[in-house]
Parts: sequence; C-alpha cells; structure tokens
Amino acid sequence: MKLSPKEMEIVEILETNARIATDVIAKMVGLSIEETEQAIKKLEENKVIVRYISLVDWTKVENHPGVRAMIDVKVTPKRGVGFNDIAERIYRFDEVSSVYLMSGTYDLSIIVEGKSLNEVANFVSQKLSTLESVISTTTHFILKKYKHDGIILETETIKDKRIVVSP
Amino acid sequence: MKSTRTTYISKMATDLKPSGIRRFFDLAAGMEGVISLGVGEPDFVTPWHIREAAINSLERGFTSYTPNAGILELREEIAFYMKNQFHVEYAPKDEIIVTVGASSAIDLAMRTILDPGEEVIVVEPCFVSYVPMVELAGGVAVRVQATKENDFKILPEQLESAITSKTKAIMLCSPNNPTGTLLNQAELKAIADLAIEHDLLIIADEIYAELSYDDEEYTSMAAIDGMRDRTILVSGFSKSFAMTGWRLGFVCAPIEISSAMLKVHQYALLCASTMSQYAAIEALRNGRPDVEEMVKSYRRRRNFIVQSFNEIGLTCHEPGGAFYAFPSIESTGLSSQEFAERLLMKEGVAVVPGDVFGASGEGHIRCSYATSLEELQEAVKRIKRFIDSL
Repeated sequence: MKLSPKEMEIVEILETNARIATDVIAKMVGLSIEETEQAIKKLEENKVIVRYISLVDWTKVENHPGVRAMIDVKVTPKRGVGFNDIAERIYRFDEVSSVYLMSGTYDLSIIVEGKSLNEVANFVSQKLSTLESVISTTTHFILKKYKHDGIILETETIKDKRIVVSP
Repeated sequence: MKSTRTTYISKMATDLKPSGIRRFFDLAAGMEGVISLGVGEPDFVTPWHIREAAINSLERGFTSYTPNAGILELREEIAFYMKNQFHVEYAPKDEIIVTVGASSAIDLAMRTILDPGEEVIVVEPCFVSYVPMVELAGGVAVRVQATKENDFKILPEQLESAITSKTKAIMLCSPNNPTGTLLNQAELKAIADLAIEHDLLIIADEIYAELSYDDEEYTSMAAIDGMRDRTILVSGFSKSFAMTGWRLGFVCAPIEISSAMLKVHQYALLCASTMSQYAAIEALRNGRPDVEEMVKSYRRRRNFIVQSFNEIGLTCHEPGGAFYAFPSIESTGLSSQEFAERLLMKEGVAVVPGDVFGASGEGHIRCSYATSLEELQEAVKRIKRFIDSL
C-alpha cells in the first residue's frame, strides 16, 4: 500500500503514541476529524497499523513474575521449505514471542518468555531442543532491559532543565 | 575614593534597560506546576552522537585554544553546509568566523561596521538583543514596525521611509523570533533592491533557517542576486541542532568585512569553545537526519497550536518558521503584559508578552511550542479557561 504524505504523518504520530486523540492528530496533520478517522480506519484495514499495544515495564510492578531469554538455535533446513517449516513449528508455541532468521553462526534467533527460569529451561529442554531439525540451542537470559524498541526505560523521568522564560 | 557604587558604572550600562523577559522569568521561576510556553530554545536534548563527539574530544585532550576564526575543519564543514543547504558560497579560510552563539556574531557585526551615530534599521517585533547591541556598539537603532495586518512582514516602503543619510544597515531576522514570520524569495528581493539602491548592508539573522515549514525552499538573503557582497549572514547550531548551551554560532561575510570582524573577535573572545567546535563538526557531518526529525516534530506541533488558538478565539497567523506562535490577545481587551501576568498567576501558564519585542508586538503573546504535545494540550486548555473567565 502506497501512503499519501498525510497518511504517513498519521502513522508516524500513532507509532510514537497510539493514545493521542483523533482531534489532536487532525490538527497536527491539517485534516478534518472525519478525514483523519477515515485515514486511520483505512490504515487499520490494510494492516499497515497491525495493533495498538502498550510498552510495559514489568520490572516496575512488585512481585511480577517473568523472565525473558534470547535463544540462538542451529537447525537443519529442509529441502523445498528451507527454514520456514521449522520456524513455524517454533513460533506456534505461546512461550515464543519472537522468531527471526539470522545470518551468521546460527540460524534462528528466538525470544522466549516464561514465569520463571525453570519454566523457560523446561521449554528449551523439552520442547525446543527435542525438535527433529534442531541441532543445538544456546540460551541467554535477559538480566535487565535498558532500551526496548527505541524507548529508553528510565528509572526516573528527566526533568525539563531549561529556564522557564528565555529570549 | 568614590562614594557610591553607581559612579563606577558607565552611562551606557546605566542607561541599558533590563530585558522585559527578565521580569517574567523572575515571576515564573518561583512558581510550582508552571507550564512554560516562554522558552526560547528547543525541547530536544542535543543528539547523542554530537554529545559523544564532544566527549571524545575531551578524552583525546583537545582542550587548547583554536584559531580565532575557529577550527579550519569546522569552517570547511560550514562552507559545505551553507553551499548545500542555502546555495551561498563562502571561503572557509577568509569568510567564515565561528562565534560564541549567534548573539556574539551580531555583536561582532555591529561593532565592526558602526561608527558613532550611524544608524541600523531594526525591524520589530524582534529578538530583544538587537537594539541594545546596536547601541552598545555606539550606533543608533531606528525601529520600524512589522504589523499584524501584514502577518508581521515588513514592507519595503516602511524600510525606505526610515532610511537616512546615516543609515548603515538593516537588521533582519527570518524566520523571526517572536512572530515566526518567514520572508519568501520575492519579499527578500524587494528588501534587497532597497539595500542595493541605498548602498546598505543587511545583517541577516538566519539562526532559525532550518526550522522553516513552508513547502517552498528557504531562501537566504545572501542568495539573492547582488546580496552576497552586502550581507552579513548570522547563523549557528543552537536551534537547528538543539545546541543552545554549547554557545556556538558563526558569521559569514565577504572578505573585507570578515577580516575586519576577525580583528574585533580575536581581541574580544579569542575563539569559541573548543569542545563545542568538535561537536559542531559532528553535527554538520552526520546530523542531517536529526534536523529533519526535529523539523517534522515542530511542524506538527505548530499546526496543532495555531489551530487550537484560533479555535479558542485567539487569532493567530500561521508562522512559517522558528518555534513560536504569536497569537493576538486583543479580543480580551487586556494589554499583553496584563494578559501574560494574569494568565501566569491564575492558570500557571508562562508566555511572553509581545510588547517586550517591540511596539507592534503589543496585543500579542509569544508562545513557544518547543514543548511536549501533552503540555501544549494542557496549556491550551488552561488558556481557554482563562479567557472564558474574563
């Protein structure tokens, strides 16, 4: 789908903050509210905008269980379907949040989420590494998230240090 | 021994009026929960790669003076930038001086061109420093008023009627602080014709040049036919690269003027900050995407705030550049000082009364939209409540 400049603007605005009110977006891009609504609807229907989700920093929530691991997976590709078959076998698991085909020393990079180290470990040893095409796995647990999808996860908000009135 | 302190102070310094902005700063600074639309600088922090370049220069020990005109490498980058971006050519060795912000470049220009009593035409509303800088250099500032009827664009005939035998230069700023007004090529050309006819210089403060939002490409005064030789072009890194605190600007002028300015500069300031200069090299080499992102963001916020002001009854022309909206508050019957002061006290929104920028700024307020969209929305809400309460 080829986007018009205004549609592009709308996508860019929503990508930084999906909760901006439609009337505000309308003003920012210079369209009427109805036109903006229509444009957003079209973008949704064409799956340019796939979903609106929140970036949650779960570490701020007390006693919230949850660990993430990045796993490097070496696999044997199959004739005819290459890596797609095994990737699908893997991404269908609910525990798996992302799967990427990589260049370099391993083939698939996957991200697995679980409630505990044990849960992820069990998934790897029982589900993932037992798949026929999987040759080896290397699991890296994420200890701390500093930046995610372009957003720096600050521990405290940075105060505006500018002087209140300046020439 | 002299008895009172004031006897030590020159007449010039005694007569200088404190900036009207200062008073507002004092009022607002002590208050809690203020949303400020009074800030004359970007809300972006300097892009990291630029900051990192300065850190690197410190780590490598580049802490000595630089040549008076600035590091040659930087001047070469500036020459390249001015040619690419604005289609004006200056020799890096002789026609570009790196200064301590654009302010020091304007000061330098005034002190270099003015003999006592010579006049500079200053177009108001304008940046608060122009008139004092003319006066500090021994000149006389002749104010002409750009008016709201003309979207704050000065008309050539207004300039012409201010020209006398003592006029040396016209001080011009586009896009303008505080009105955001941007002069297009034809409007610049009309002023240029006047300058050529009367043999005047133009000091063109183009510090906001990158922040222009019209579809039409920005035109520099120096790019107008015949103007390169009579333009002192002032620019810098503060607004375009969000580098206000680095205090780094530059001035481009034909060699006769540049070499004279360099003499003044070497005695007054020696050179601009070394680490800032290294940061600026990085800004010019790799900062283009940052500028584009920031411009996009400002443009959207401008559209939002201008339309919002018009909706709540504050007539606002669409500013072509900078990051200021300059709505009229005449419908409220208040003076701009009263409006700004009462708005601040009642709703905790800081704006700058238009009259501090010149007589024709009366009846307007300067609102900087270089602040987050959330704050802008809240500010509009509060301003509406304030107007409704009058």
